Amino acid sequence: MIYADHAATTKISHAAKEEMMRVMEESWGNPSSLHTPGQLAKEVLEEARRKIAACLNAAPSEIYFTSGGSEADNQALRSAAYWGAKKGKRHLVSTAIEHHAILHTLDQLKEEGFEVTLVGVDQNGVVSVEDICRAIRPDTALVSVMYANNEIGTIQPIAEIGRCCREHGVLFHTDAVQAAAHLAIDVERDAVDLLSLSGHKFYGPRGVGVLYARRGVPLRPLIAGGAQERSKRAGTENLPAIAGMAVALEDAAAKMPQETKRLAALRDKLEAGLSKLPHTRINGGKAPRLSGTLNVCFEGIEGESLLLLLDDRGIAASSGSACTSGSLDPSHVLLALGLPHEVAHGSLRLSLGAETTEEDVDIMLQEIPKVVSYLRSISPVWEELESGARPHLI
Amino acid sequence: MLYSEKVMDHFRNPRNLGKMEHPDGVGEVGNAKCGDIMKIYLKITDGVIEDVKFNTFGCGSAIASSSMATEMIKGKPIEEALTLTNRAVAEALDGLPPQKLHCSVLAEEAVKAAIDDYYQKQESQEKELADKPIEKV
Repeated sequence: MIYADHAATTKISHAAKEEMMRVMEESWGNPSSLHTPGQLAKEVLEEARRKIAACLNAAPSEIYFTSGGSEADNQALRSAAYWGAKKGKRHLVSTAIEHHAILHTLDQLKEEGFEVTLVGVDQNGVVSVEDICRAIRPDTALVSVMYANNEIGTIQPIAEIGRCCREHGVLFHTDAVQAAAHLAIDVERDAVDLLSLSGHKFYGPRGVGVLYARRGVPLRPLIAGGAQERSKRAGTENLPAIAGMAVALEDAAAKMPQETKRLAALRDKLEAGLSKLPHTRINGGKAPRLSGTLNVCFEGIEGESLLLLLDDRGIAASSGSACTSGSLDPSHVLLALGLPHEVAHGSLRLSLGAETTEEDVDIMLQEIPKVVSYLRSISPVWEELESGARPHLI
Repeated sequence: MLYSEKVMDHFRNPRNLGKMEHPDGVGEVGNAKCGDIMKIYLKITDGVIEDVKFNTFGCGSAIASSSMATEMIKGKPIEEALTLTNRAVAEALDGLPPQKLHCSVLAEEAVKAAIDDYYQKQESQEKELADKPIEKV
């Protein structure tokens, strides 16, 4: 099987798995307990916190463990909104291409009386620093811009946006879930106040994540209860997952320089091959992108059937078609690029990672064109496109 | 799994797939913007659907629903084909996920649109015949 869906989840690394087993075996105590087993567990917890802080150029006391990226995003937005509202700031700025963990939280906050400005992106999937700066108002409580996009991999100008927010005295959050292990994140250089990570995107376990909150940036707990995580996130810590995630992030950071080069070369080969198919568009291709991500639209076909047939041929990928998004509309990210609905339905995301080999890329380059051409051969839309009854859009 | 074995079977091995030269009726329903278009071709002899073909742009369940619908009307009298319901298509596929039921609706509509087209063609042919001046012997 060729796994080309690393942006959805990565297979846990051997080292992370071993660390989880070790923690379950040796450090099974409750880190809040004062006895020896409890304190041994507490040491593991704090060691994980130090490792993760070091990877982000943060202080350990600025790291909070959550159940994942979505919880971190929810808590970042809700905290900034809550404290902002206390000072009469009820305006939030974000972008049209954020993850649903951001967009749906913003929808909820809108219902609660906040005003939201969603800044659009250019056709390459990058937000402009000027547009973000212009959207900031005296009553803006928070700016939230993702580090890199999950669907098309485009990298956003985070450091510039961070500086602009700092100048305006506005809090800045970035959802860095897709960026970790691909880009060197530095909360100082990037002037970030709040940042979200998710363990399973960088070969750690699922169900665990990180919220970084700069010293002095007050968090508000989403889950009330005990005094864990400096009283900002109640509930006994998922210690095996936290320790596994820390090992995974450290490993990924160490391998990053060589691994990103390797992945970019594989991705470029894949892109060059698929670009040869007629009426095909590479999404985000002209922008700086995560090294392993390729998003492509094939005109005249629909993404879900493409995925299912690729799966039959042993290729696991994903799509932004309506059928796979669980709604009537195709991916909001592809629509934000200005792609027409009918083109966005035919999207395919291939995200490469640690196990991807050149042979995998060669097989994908053999199989994907076959499946695309079969689906085009049975598509009345393709027939009309080819006969001229319907104009080609890409 | 998202889909039943039956859906996957019809998706992987669609019955009656293809186009038809000189069909007696053609029905096309759906909208590319929404991600589904089905096109059904009919060959009708003496009120019976002698042959049927389809082409579909859409997801797995759209392709499977059109395949199943064509199988259910092939060899049937037109009147019987007109009684085909989306529910019958979905049931024959051992069910569809709730968000995919519209695919079976499209399949029913495509069959009906093709039969409509056949009737319209018949009418215009009959009209043509009736309008033709009778040659004097």
